[in-house]
Amino acid sequence: MALSRLDNLYRQVILDHSSHPHHHGILDASTNQIELNNPACGDVIQLQLIVEDDMIKDIKFSGNGCSISTASASMMTDAVIGKKVADALEMVQEFSLLVQGEEPKNLDDLGDAAMLSGVAKFPARIKCATLSWKALNRALTEGKQTTVDGHLHRDEE
Amino acid sequence: MSLDAATLRKDFPILDQVVNDEALVYLDNAATTQKPTAVMDEMVNGYYYKNNANVHRGVHTLAERATVQFEAAREKVRRFIGAKETAEVLFTRGTTTSLNWIARSYGELAIQEGDEIVISYMEHHSNIIPWQQLAKSKKAVLKYIGLTADGQLDLADAEKQITAKTKIVSIAHVSNVLGVINPIEKIRDLAHAQGAVIVVDGAQSVPHMPVDVVALDVDFYCFSGHKMLGPTGIGVLYGKRAHLEQMEPVEFGGEMIDFVNLQDSTWKELPWKFEAGTPNIAGAIGLGAAVDYLEKLGMDQVEAHEQELVAYVLPKLLAIEGLTVYGPQDPSLHTGVITFNLDGLHPHDVATALDMEGVAVRAGHHCAQPLMKYLDVSATARASFYLYNTKEDADRLVEAILATKEFFGHGAF
Ligand SMILES: Cc1ncc(COP(=O)(O)O)c(C=O)c1O
Repeated sequence: MALSRLDNLYRQVILDHSSHPHHHGILDASTNQIELNNPACGDVIQLQLIVEDDMIKDIKFSGNGCSISTASASMMTDAVIGKKVADALEMVQEFSLLVQGEEPKNLDDLGDAAMLSGVAKFPARIKCATLSWKALNRALTEGKQTTVDGHLHRDEE
Repeated sequence: MSLDAATLRKDFPILDQVVNDEALVYLDNAATTQKPTAVMDEMVNGYYYKNNANVHRGVHTLAERATVQFEAAREKVRRFIGAKETAEVLFTRGTTTSLNWIARSYGELAIQEGDEIVISYMEHHSNIIPWQQLAKSKKAVLKYIGLTADGQLDLADAEKQITAKTKIVSIAHVSNVLGVINPIEKIRDLAHAQGAVIVVDGAQSVPHMPVDVVALDVDFYCFSGHKMLGPTGIGVLYGKRAHLEQMEPVEFGGEMIDFVNLQDSTWKELPWKFEAGTPNIAGAIGLGAAVDYLEKLGMDQVEAHEQELVAYVLPKLLAIEGLTVYGPQDPSLHTGVITFNLDGLHPHDVATALDMEGVAVRAGHHCAQPLMKYLDVSATARASFYLYNTKEDADRLVEAILATKEFFGHGAF
């Protein structure tokens, strides 16, 4: 039956991340933070980072999303923590290629996030997978906001 | 005797297809309905192939035929909703445009600083934001009628919210999320007793039940063609003549003028004074054909058919462990819109799984974020039935939900 196709999307690793997400919660203080939502479906992510010496020292996310967006956020935080900002931004590009069905150069860098390649076959769900990566991109390139309560609220374009 | 949906389906060739290796079950009718061959034929063969010309201008034969066809569509719509005269039937782009026009034009006339506009917690964004904008620009107050525990409009609260300061009350006839039918007559009485007008968002009612705007005695009534077998880009704004006469057009340009001088102009009579520019001619003609189709079936039959489907499927859904239905659990209070969630599963994941089983439903906030907040959910799944859906479709939905639970519950990986 057709539900068996879902195995390509909801692999066990993905379900593990969505039911027990890593780096989930709120940091007491952060150097960069952003709130991004997907207006099409209402999913929302708050992302906080501590960036020091051009390095992502810590990262946490919270918000409300489906299993794909939650798992993707969890995998993303695993993948970028401890990375140089430039490398993390590179990974944003790689992940974007991956979920559009292309083969990125450095697949291994993405860690578990590489498991989300199956999303390419579910075009309606690509945005769920990319929400956290887009938030990361924005937080690193423009979302320098030092107050914890001053959430940036932006709609994903 | 109710409709023979299985036979009707032949008029909707799009339904006869396989998606994801399964026969399609289309249950996203609250978003938009499918179009019967008769509607597409009338637009393409009846108008574009034979009569395509601009309306209300030019004396040549095609222009005359197009004008007659376009205005005939207006007459069909008038009859369908029981309006007194075609002057009260304005063509718009859809419910959203209709509501915006009322807020902009009637709102301009009627609202002063400190006045109240009353809506409810179950409104679609298109029946919220135009009023928010109006309230902001006029320093008026936007108020919300609350809901009862089972998701009906709270009439006791309506009585409190609608006061002598209220000038406009705008309410959905049927909620696009809860499927509940609102007691428009009672709200109308409360509004009229305070000297306020009542605006009705009929996007989810006109396609599904008989509606008579004169019997309802409402001031304005709005709906969309694409949710009632017609094409996208066409909708209707019904308004009582007395209001429309007073109101200024929202848009200006060709078609809507009488005389144009250098510094000022005069408007055509109703309904054309509101319809600036070349209208959606094919859309109106398609809507006219949709009305023909619905009238042939009979709206009471359409309503009875949906009622039968809901009475059949709602108890089956409620019997599924971990499934929550939002809104009334009593089928007789429902149209074919059923909104639900499965415990521990996000509605997007549910909708993707149902899609793999060939069942098309919507997941998300359904353009009703205040209602989602009120229900304390971030999103829901929604199955919505129409005249061509069958009990087999209902069974397929139930089976697909059970399979989805099984898939995520037991991890068949
Ligand atoms: C209750 C309700 N009101 C308004 C609308 C807006 O209709 P449209 O998008 O056709 O303008 C919809 C449909 O989405 C609806 O369900």
